[in-house]
Amino acid sequence: MTPGQRRWVFLAGMAGLGAFFLWGLTGLPGFGNYPGPYGDIINRIAVAQTNATGVVSAINFSYRGFDTLGEEFILFVAASGMAIVLRHLRGERESEPRDEAVDRRVPPTSEAIRMVALILTGPTVVMGWYLASHAQTSPSGGFQGGVVLATAFVLVYLAGRFLVFERISPVDVTDAVEALGAGGFAAVGIAAVAMGLPYLANFLPRGTIPGAVSSSGTIALISFFVGVEVGAAFILIVGELLDQTLLLREESR
Amino acid sequence: MNGSHLVAVVTPYSVTPGLMDTLQVTILVLVALGATAVALTRVPARQAIVLSVYGLLLAILFLAFQAPDVTLSELTVGAVALPILLLLALAKVKRREK
Repeated sequence: MTPGQRRWVFLAGMAGLGAFFLWGLTGLPGFGNYPGPYGDIINRIAVAQTNATGVVSAINFSYRGFDTLGEEFILFVAASGMAIVLRHLRGERESEPRDEAVDRRVPPTSEAIRMVALILTGPTVVMGWYLASHAQTSPSGGFQGGVVLATAFVLVYLAGRFLVFERISPVDVTDAVEALGAGGFAAVGIAAVAMGLPYLANFLPRGTIPGAVSSSGTIALISFFVGVEVGAAFILIVGELLDQTLLLREESR
Repeated sequence: MNGSHLVAVVTPYSVTPGLMDTLQVTILVLVALGATAVALTRVPARQAIVLSVYGLLLAILFLAFQAPDVTLSELTVGAVALPILLLLALAKVKRREK
């Protein structure tokens, strides 16, 4: 097929796709008009039922908690898979002794980067825990909080060296913490079953004041476990990738 | 929305609808420009940085459309985690090429 013919095929395809796109666009509800009943129902009952003013969290960790459990395990499996695949590669090349890292001449980190990273590490940890522990009161949650927590570890790597990153987040410990987070979510659901309630039913006292940190029962608890799981998963992923990069850097010398 | 649904949440401020429309149109245009910039950047390492800025723009877009939870997710994943993973992968590929 000549480039000219190929261009005609492309243009015809684009015209068809554009036509379908416009056709679909005409069938959409008007901008800002929400047609479905579910959102309105949830808006009406969620705060009264769960005492969580973070209604998004109430939906994620309670009304559709089972879906979120599946999503959490997607990340869990992804991190595990990555650890397994990269570990195999690393095992093949680990004949390089660790001591050789001492005299390698890596360009030093600039003082400005170290300073900013050091200043940001503390606030990032606080921010991460705040987000993970306030799902019931604000539009945050374990997922966002977990990623922010993992970012704090990356900042430590930026400020110092990979060895520090490895020392404060050893793979074995991070693995265990990740499993604890993933298992904790599932265990909250099983605890409900043990009490004769449906899986993931909110069995804890929900407090009396909507929007209080201690309100919302299992929603806050599940958010905490998700934060732990997501944070550990991201630390694992970044750590494995850093490990790869550094080992190969050592090799090239 | 007739406002009677939310008992516990009282918004202490109000934004005039016209201002909100301007904000939303502005950020939509910026996101379109940002996406084009990502596609037009040819150097992969530079593209990862531009992608990070684009993630930030998307986060502001979600905020302007009243989805603060998605804003937080997009900030952490789109503006931070994804570019970090891309840069690390690039560093690994570059090492292998040498």
